[in-house]
Amino acid sequence: MPDIIVARDLTKRYGDFTAVDGISFSVRAGECFGILGPNGAGKTTTIRMISCVSPVTSGELLVDGMRVQDQPRRIKSILGVVPQENNLDPDLTVRQNLRAYARYFDLPRQVTEERIEESLALLQLTEKRNERIDELSGGLKRRLTIARGLLNAPRIMVLDEPTTGLDPQARHLVWQKLRYLRSQGVTMLLTSHYMDEAERLCDRIVILHQGRIMAEGTPPDLVLRHAGREVIEVHVGEEDRGPILQQLASRNGVTVEEVEDILYVYVRGDDGLDAASLKVDADKVVYRRANLEDVFLKLTGRGLAGE
Amino acid sequence: MIAVALPRRAIALPSVSHLALRVWQRNRDVYFNIWRSEVVWPIVDPLITLVALGLGLGGFVELPVKQSYVDYIAPGLLAVFPMWVAAGETGWGSFFRMENQRTYDAIVSTPASIDDVVTGEILWAATRAAVSVVYILVLVSAFGAVESPLAVLILPLALLPGLMFAAISLCYTSIARSISTLNYFFAAFITPQFWLAGVFFPLDRLPEWVRVVAWFTPASHVVNVYRGLVQGDPHWGHLGDIAWMLVVTAVAYTVAVYAMRRRLVK
Repeated sequence: MPDIIVARDLTKRYGDFTAVDGISFSVRAGECFGILGPNGAGKTTTIRMISCVSPVTSGELLVDGMRVQDQPRRIKSILGVVPQENNLDPDLTVRQNLRAYARYFDLPRQVTEERIEESLALLQLTEKRNERIDELSGGLKRRLTIARGLLNAPRIMVLDEPTTGLDPQARHLVWQKLRYLRSQGVTMLLTSHYMDEAERLCDRIVILHQGRIMAEGTPPDLVLRHAGREVIEVHVGEEDRGPILQQLASRNGVTVEEVEDILYVYVRGDDGLDAASLKVDADKVVYRRANLEDVFLKLTGRGLAGE
Repeated sequence: MIAVALPRRAIALPSVSHLALRVWQRNRDVYFNIWRSEVVWPIVDPLITLVALGLGLGGFVELPVKQSYVDYIAPGLLAVFPMWVAAGETGWGSFFRMENQRTYDAIVSTPASIDDVVTGEILWAATRAAVSVVYILVLVSAFGAVESPLAVLILPLALLPGLMFAAISLCYTSIARSISTLNYFFAAFITPQFWLAGVFFPLDRLPEWVRVVAWFTPASHVVNVYRGLVQGDPHWGHLGDIAWMLVVTAVAYTVAVYAMRRRLVK
């Protein structure tokens, strides 16, 4: 599949501070691509450069073959932007919000009305169409913001932390809608610091930390590469750690990380070793599959023991 | 379109399109939802002034020419109340939309540019100012204070001072840290013009230096022109006033575009 977004050595500096530090990645048409990272990693800055609202300091950034510096209006006409912060118009109704927004895309009147009805129906907002924005819950506002981003039938949806602050029901509904859009061939670019969100939605992700890409790949691939197959969480006090650490130190394919009151034992598992056979002895031992959160924390949150 | 494509232009030319009108339409839609509360001041304020100063205080005022005090202040009111409307709209109104409602962020994520936003905001503020001129023209006519049919010419002309005050006010908004710091602008720039631009007393009563200062204030030129039209006494000097307004409007608009980019494009 062709690359619809290409970043080469993309850099953004604010004075002395480098928010995005020479990153390169590409997003293929039709996939869901996630940019993960802790707060301040440069996710939103990257998204803002792609959305042509923040100038690129250096490097190259192409969206659908166009340089962001050259064709901002044309690029923005194929993007559906869903910002992190709610910026709906509080003095307009749901439908008025959509109409006002659709006007910036110069759609024929008939098309506008059809798209409004379609977006409202898709996000299950049809019966809210005449309500004022301040009467909507957080989940409804987010859904409306997504509906607003769909009015121009975008080729790329750009979603900045689409489910931050939503309750579980609202999150699942949003995920379901995003999966549907992806199945319709819309390319999705999203940022998140929720790993379950990325695992559920994204075909490929990059993990960003302090403006740099720490890892890139499919979620299962990243988990296998950086955390292994299984994780043992050993809840054990400092004084009782010695024997356990000694027991594990000699094993191949096992890495241990000490974090406060928990030992994390990562079992790579590619040599047939399974976690249960390690028989770690402590008051509380939890065996589980490794997940993206392990990768994330390993790469961005805390250094490995011994590193 | 731009003949020389520099790799990185430090200063790009204003990029204004018809989407500025969409910004105007957005503001109009909001206004139609909340007009009941918005329409009060632009009518009540001039009405109270006409009664209190025109009829009340006016009873104690003896003018050098044979003219009632209501007649004397009417043209000036057509100038200074709409000044408040335009400056307030791109002052408090624009600041609120920009910082509290994040409306600008929403707009620039569409094909519209920040220059479109600035242009649309100024056009909208000027529109509101021009509409308030209509209200006041009706009011002063009801008070019998319109002496010449030439006053009708104020209607098409009213957009120009509206644009001028809106652009000037938006320049200040672009550097305002918080909504309360807008008070400096209104206290230091708008209120003095309201009282000292020759609306309530002729400036030639004041020392020479005051007249020099007054020449530099936008409102005094608006008052000059409107006074000429309402009293049926236009002269060539008024074209100078209009030229003055055109130049200041163009300069303030350009400054507003670049200052807003400086604030918002990061």
